Amino acid sequence: MATRTNQEWLDDLKGPDQDQAIEDLRKVLKRGLIYSLSSRIQTDLETQVDDFVQDSILRILDKMHTFRGESKFTTWAQKVAVRVAFTELRRQRWKDISLEDLLPEDSGDFTPMVLADPSPDPEKRATQTLMTEMIDQMLQEELTERQRTAMLAIMSGGMPLEEVAKRLNTNRNALYKLLHDARKQMRDRLLERGLTPEDVLEAFAND
Amino acid sequence: MKLSSETIRKMMLSVKSTRDVELTCGHCYDELDHFIEMKLSGKKPEEAMPLVQEHLERCAACREEYEVLLEAIQAMIE
Repeated sequence: MATRTNQEWLDDLKGPDQDQAIEDLRKVLKRGLIYSLSSRIQTDLETQVDDFVQDSILRILDKMHTFRGESKFTTWAQKVAVRVAFTELRRQRWKDISLEDLLPEDSGDFTPMVLADPSPDPEKRATQTLMTEMIDQMLQEELTERQRTAMLAIMSGGMPLEEVAKRLNTNRNALYKLLHDARKQMRDRLLERGLTPEDVLEAFAND
Repeated sequence: MKLSSETIRKMMLSVKSTRDVELTCGHCYDELDHFIEMKLSGKKPEEAMPLVQEHLERCAACREEYEVLLEAIQAMIE
C-alpha cells in the first residue's frame, strides 16, 4: 500500500485515484478498529467493523474539509472511525433502555432518597444519612429537572452522554454544558454549607 | 433503585473535578488526534493541553474513545 503525505491523501481521495485511495484508507481503518475493538465486540467482529469502516469513509469524505492538518491524516480519519463505531455500539447497547429505567425509583417526587448500602458503623451511618438527604435535596431543589435526570442517568445508570442527549432531544455538547452548570451549582451549594466534595467523599470512604 | 454510596461518590468526584472553564466533548474531540500523536511521540500532551487532559479524566465517554483510538493508532503503526 502506498504511503501518502497528508496532502496526497486529500488529493487522492478527491481526484482520479479516489478508488485506490478509498481502498487503502479502508485497510488502515479496518486494521485499527479490529485491533482496538476486539475486546469489546464478542460476535461478528469483522462484519461489524466492515460496516463501521464503510460508514466512516462516507463521513470522512464528507468532513475532509474540516481536517486541520495538526496530525497525520490517518490519525484524524481513525478518530472519525472510532467515533462512528462507538456511536453505533452505544446505540445497540442502550436501545431498549429509557431514562426512566435508570432513575432511582423515588427521585420523581420530593421524598428524600434512602441510602441503599449504609455503613455498619452507627456514627458513620448517621453522617451518611444526613449527607445523602442533603445531596438529595440539592438534586431536587437546586437543579432543573433536565439536569437532575441527566446527572442520575449518567452517575447512577451509567448511560453514556450521547445516549442521554438523544433521549433529552439535545446533543452531547449542549448536555455537557448543562451538566457543567449543574456541577458548579452543586459545588457552590456545598460551599455555602461549609462543605467540600472531599468532605462528602470522606464520609463515604471505604464502604 | 436507591441512591447508592457509589452514585454519591461518583457525583462528588465529578463535582470535585469541576472547573469554571472546561472543554466540551466537541472541543476535546477536535484536539484528540493531535493529543494522541504527541503522546505516542513521547511528548507530554497533558502539559501542553491540560484542558484536554482534564476533560478526558472527567468524561467517561470521551476517555473510552481516547483509549480505543490510542490502541487503534498503535495497531496502525506497528
